[in-house]
Amino acid sequence: MEITKELAIKLLKQMMQIRQFEDMIMELLAKNIAEGGSHLYAGMEAVAVGAISVINPDDYITSTHRGHGHAIAKDGDLKALMAEILGKKTGVCKGKGGSLHLADLSKGNLGANGIVGGGIGIATGAGLSIKLQKQNKVVLCFFGDGATNNGIFFECLNMASLWKLPVVYICENNKYAMSVSVERSHAVKDLTKKALAFDMPAESVDGQDVLAVREVVGKWVNYARQGNGPSFIVANTYRYYGHSRSDPRVYRTREEEKFWRERDPIIIFSNKMKEMGILTEEEINLIEEEVRKEIEEAVDFAIKSPYPEPEELYTDLYV
Amino acid sequence: MRIITYRQALNEALDEEMARDERVFLLGEDIAIYGGAYGVTAGLWQKYGDQRVIDTPISENAIVGVALGAAITGMRPVAEIMYIDFIGLCMDQLNNQVAKIRYMFGGKCTVPLVIRTEGGAGRSLGAHHSQSLEAWLIHIPGIKVVMPSTPYDAKGLLKSAIRDDNPVVFIEHKMLYNTKGEVPEEEYLVPIGVADIKREGKDVTIVTYSRMVLFSLEAAEILEKEGISVEVVDLRTLLPMDIETVVKSVKKTNRVVIVEEDCKTGGTGAEIGMQIIENAFDYLDAPIIRVAGADVPMPKSPVLEKLAIPDVERICKAVKEVLK
Repeated sequence: MEITKELAIKLLKQMMQIRQFEDMIMELLAKNIAEGGSHLYAGMEAVAVGAISVINPDDYITSTHRGHGHAIAKDGDLKALMAEILGKKTGVCKGKGGSLHLADLSKGNLGANGIVGGGIGIATGAGLSIKLQKQNKVVLCFFGDGATNNGIFFECLNMASLWKLPVVYICENNKYAMSVSVERSHAVKDLTKKALAFDMPAESVDGQDVLAVREVVGKWVNYARQGNGPSFIVANTYRYYGHSRSDPRVYRTREEEKFWRERDPIIIFSNKMKEMGILTEEEINLIEEEVRKEIEEAVDFAIKSPYPEPEELYTDLYV
Repeated sequence: MRIITYRQALNEALDEEMARDERVFLLGEDIAIYGGAYGVTAGLWQKYGDQRVIDTPISENAIVGVALGAAITGMRPVAEIMYIDFIGLCMDQLNNQVAKIRYMFGGKCTVPLVIRTEGGAGRSLGAHHSQSLEAWLIHIPGIKVVMPSTPYDAKGLLKSAIRDDNPVVFIEHKMLYNTKGEVPEEEYLVPIGVADIKREGKDVTIVTYSRMVLFSLEAAEILEKEGISVEVVDLRTLLPMDIETVVKSVKKTNRVVIVEEDCKTGGTGAEIGMQIIENAFDYLDAPIIRVAGADVPMPKSPVLEKLAIPDVERICKAVKEVLK
């Protein structure tokens, strides 16, 4: 797959935005500036960025409880996302959703979800909606390895395959459902096999390689757009932080973490771009510096933003 | 005026709204070729085809989730959950997604979604096909809950529900499908959230809804012969509840009997009664009495089933009791 300089900058920048956004939230949590929970996407950037880079602005995504990366990759506004995570009035959901419910329908982001597997129904419904309205859109439905043990996964993949809906189901296999490993919770260790039950094509991909993700997702997006129906992709990846802020990570080893950190998606891509002569070290540093400024501005904006007015408690419930 | 059944009234409402707005489509189990377990969607698949009337697999959670996804991306789905007893299978999607999505997203989406289902006892179907679970639903902010008692209300309310930009759970009653009533030929709507005085009276107010409206009217008829004048308030919508109409009636009669088919403990009547106390305590001349379903799983035996829900005799007795 050909890669232009413009595209390389976009992919690298988004991955850096996500990484720095997440590192910043970890810092805000530690300082108690951010309250509540937050599930961080650091380490998994290539999946969201690679997958979303092959769809159009009016295509849809559904996201997960670990949804900051998807929201940023779907053209999310860093300031409005950061403000939302701090529960501020200027947040993308007016401070009513928070980390678990980042959504922006105007950009095709049908929302993160506090329930594991919760977005699979919405994604499948959006696929049905596209088909009924004879549109040429597609849906990328993200979820984790844990969600593939949930009933709605089976119900929806069956329907999508039966009705040939334009949905690409992307399982981000980061090896652990909170603390329980794939080995300890799935009878089938190769998760792509789950698609066999629905006669749905499936493929796994290296989730640390943004170009590999682009290639595989791009193929199945085209397949969906041509009316061939859904597909199931398993992106093998790893989350650097624990499940959430309070996770002591007793269920995995530091060696394993080190192994995956050496397969860092940003480093892999940066090196490749340098090798191919598309980006220089200086250019990469410049992008990183630019992103640092953006994140600082976003945090500054979020911290300085007001909380919602008390009257907002009862607004937005009904039309 | 012409007389049609509750079932026909519902079928007309669906037909008219599908003809009026091509974004309206139906999905559910056995609703297409079969025409619905209780025949409400009969003939619509033949008329509108596979794209508008969709038979789904037996996947209640996905039915509601898929309907939600379609609703927030430009369609106006009407999903059918065959029995309210199956609502537990889709309670996650209903409670966590459908009801909350608009609020969680700061008002940035609308959910024009109707979930039709039916409930209630009376056909000796046992514990998994006879429940009245509306109290579970009125505990969920973000949805509306409608329970019509007559063919007229059923048609007018279903049309309003389909045009509503909020999610509406529309609960029919299996024992009402064959009941008949006046329904005009010309188009009309019945507003959601407005109760209806089904019979005027001055001595006692019965607050009720769904099939129990019919039982209460029968009781009122009997009591009239004994010189007791009963006002029957049909709530029609449980969420939002039209407490103003109830309070107005209470201020007139000063005595209240609540008649509900659901289990008494934690039931809808508890909410109705408490709202009356909060809004009209000073007007009450006697404690409120509830005539409610028994706190048991619905038994199969027709003899026991009859005992598990209110009947006309118990309603009459309660009215006399509240007048003591």
